[in-house]
Amino acid sequence: MEKKERFFSRAKRDLRKNRGIYLMAIPVLAFYICFSYIPIYGLQIAFKDFNLGAGIWGSPWAGFKHFQSFFTGPYFWRTLRNTLLISLYTILVCFPAPILFALLLNEVKNKAFKKTVQTVSYLPHFISLVVICGIIKEFTQSTGLINAIIAFFGGTPETMLINPARFRPIYVISDLWQTIGWNSIIYLAALSGIDPTLYDAASVDGAGRFRKILNVTLPGLLPTIIIMFILRVGQFMSVGYDKILLLYNTNTYETADVISTFVYRKGLIESNFSFSAAVSLVNSIVNFLLVIVVNKISAKVSETSLW
Amino acid sequence: MNRKKSAGERAFDVFNIILLTFVGIVCLYPFLYVVLASFSDPNQFIKHDFAILLKPAGFDLTAYRQVFTKDIATGYMNTIFYVVAGTMISMCFTFLGAYVLSRKHYMFRKPLTLIIMFTMYFNGGLIPMYLWVQQLGIMDTRWAVLLPTALSTYNVIVLRSAFDSIPESLIEAAKMDGASEFTCLTKIMIPLSKASTAVIVLFYAVSRWNEWLLPTIFLRTRTLFPLQIFLREILLTSSSESILATAGDATNVTALAEIVKYATIVVSTVPILCIYPFVQKYFVTGMMIGGVKE
Repeated sequence: MEKKERFFSRAKRDLRKNRGIYLMAIPVLAFYICFSYIPIYGLQIAFKDFNLGAGIWGSPWAGFKHFQSFFTGPYFWRTLRNTLLISLYTILVCFPAPILFALLLNEVKNKAFKKTVQTVSYLPHFISLVVICGIIKEFTQSTGLINAIIAFFGGTPETMLINPARFRPIYVISDLWQTIGWNSIIYLAALSGIDPTLYDAASVDGAGRFRKILNVTLPGLLPTIIIMFILRVGQFMSVGYDKILLLYNTNTYETADVISTFVYRKGLIESNFSFSAAVSLVNSIVNFLLVIVVNKISAKVSETSLW
Repeated sequence: MNRKKSAGERAFDVFNIILLTFVGIVCLYPFLYVVLASFSDPNQFIKHDFAILLKPAGFDLTAYRQVFTKDIATGYMNTIFYVVAGTMISMCFTFLGAYVLSRKHYMFRKPLTLIIMFTMYFNGGLIPMYLWVQQLGIMDTRWAVLLPTALSTYNVIVLRSAFDSIPESLIEAAKMDGASEFTCLTKIMIPLSKASTAVIVLFYAVSRWNEWLLPTIFLRTRTLFPLQIFLREILLTSSSESILATAGDATNVTALAEIVKYATIVVSTVPILCIYPFVQKYFVTGMMIGGVKE
């Protein structure tokens, strides 16, 4: 009881003393409450039957009905499989590529050449996603650039975006193209932070260039790689769903429809708000748990972690 | 360092240069192709047999005459509004947030930091946001575009680390002279972290320029649409014929529609490409600050 009182009098004193800070915190806090925490609280519609008249807070409770119908529904396996596969392929291809790219750039002695390649490689990152997808659509149609190149090497041109078998490769390869340069920045920064005396010491020990990459450069990069990996795995379930929304169509749902795009269609196109909120909640929770688990593992193994 | 390079190392250097040049070309050429195609003559463009263009196939500006429609003009005006107003709103909130997080000695620092950081890892998602915006009564207004995404926690953290690097003694001295917290922010913190501020402004401006999904969800009235929504219609969802206001009789309609698409991409992307070389280095700095472990 006395402890509680002491807390309140301490808080009161602090609120008076740091009045300025708290006044400045109010708008920020108001923003987060209004546009982050109320929507999180609004996730309760996943356990309700939403109807427009009653709104989020007044709709009747429905328990786990919507979760059940998702898990037993016809689209559960399809969306789960697509989410996991697209995410997995993207990580396998697009995670190591910028590291390799940074290592190769780091071996270039000519400053001007290095700078040019870097600048050019960041370019796709700055173009809006809608335009990127517009370009992808143009290039992959039967008369497009990519098909012409394929035809040149003896393949048959086709409108790739309506072929379910082509969707994932198109998604992953274009992602590689969009991100390889930009994502290498962080590794290049880490590379420039490696102590040069380590290289000199390695030279004295008779290490060649490849030895130095293996024994000095890579270990120096490892903490950065681990942090980036945690961050990446933390987005495992969210995939690049706005890109999928722009690129997929009814022909390719079979291989392209992921959980987030399914949520978008069910909720915002078909107005099944409660059902799609339930699906989305499952996705977010899995994602959140993943970050925690990966972070725990990496803290144990390498003493590198996010928090 | 003066050691002679072995044959293996020299071979590696050559291979490395070739590979990196290839990556550079792959990153650049698609955009070059779009530009070249946009100036091409539709009839020749459809006929040229190997697709690689090194110069426009013929020369024709019909497509560009079709590009400047009312939609594109509306989109441009709206996008400029969303970029300018949105970035200003975002900066006000971000300055406050970063300042509050960078102050060390107040009681509720920990819970406040936690409340803000948590939003990086968990959010309500699309559906509750949509329903909540509806209940707030701002659906289909410019506020629905501007407010929900006004603050990016990532940017707050980046700016906070810039504020953190400013010596505490400056603030203490200013406070001795009777400066308020707000004055400390506007007269000390912001002027001393101009570079980071520039980075954050650019981050916000670019994400405003590029955003399409939330405006698509929150807006119904066409006169409020940003450029990206019109671009999506033209590039991704419409049929070739509907793009053309007037199809010339002599020209190949499909080919012309194609070239109109390329011209649209050029017109909508040129502003970005013009400022890109100048701002590129700020982005790189921003990425590096952001990459610093929290």
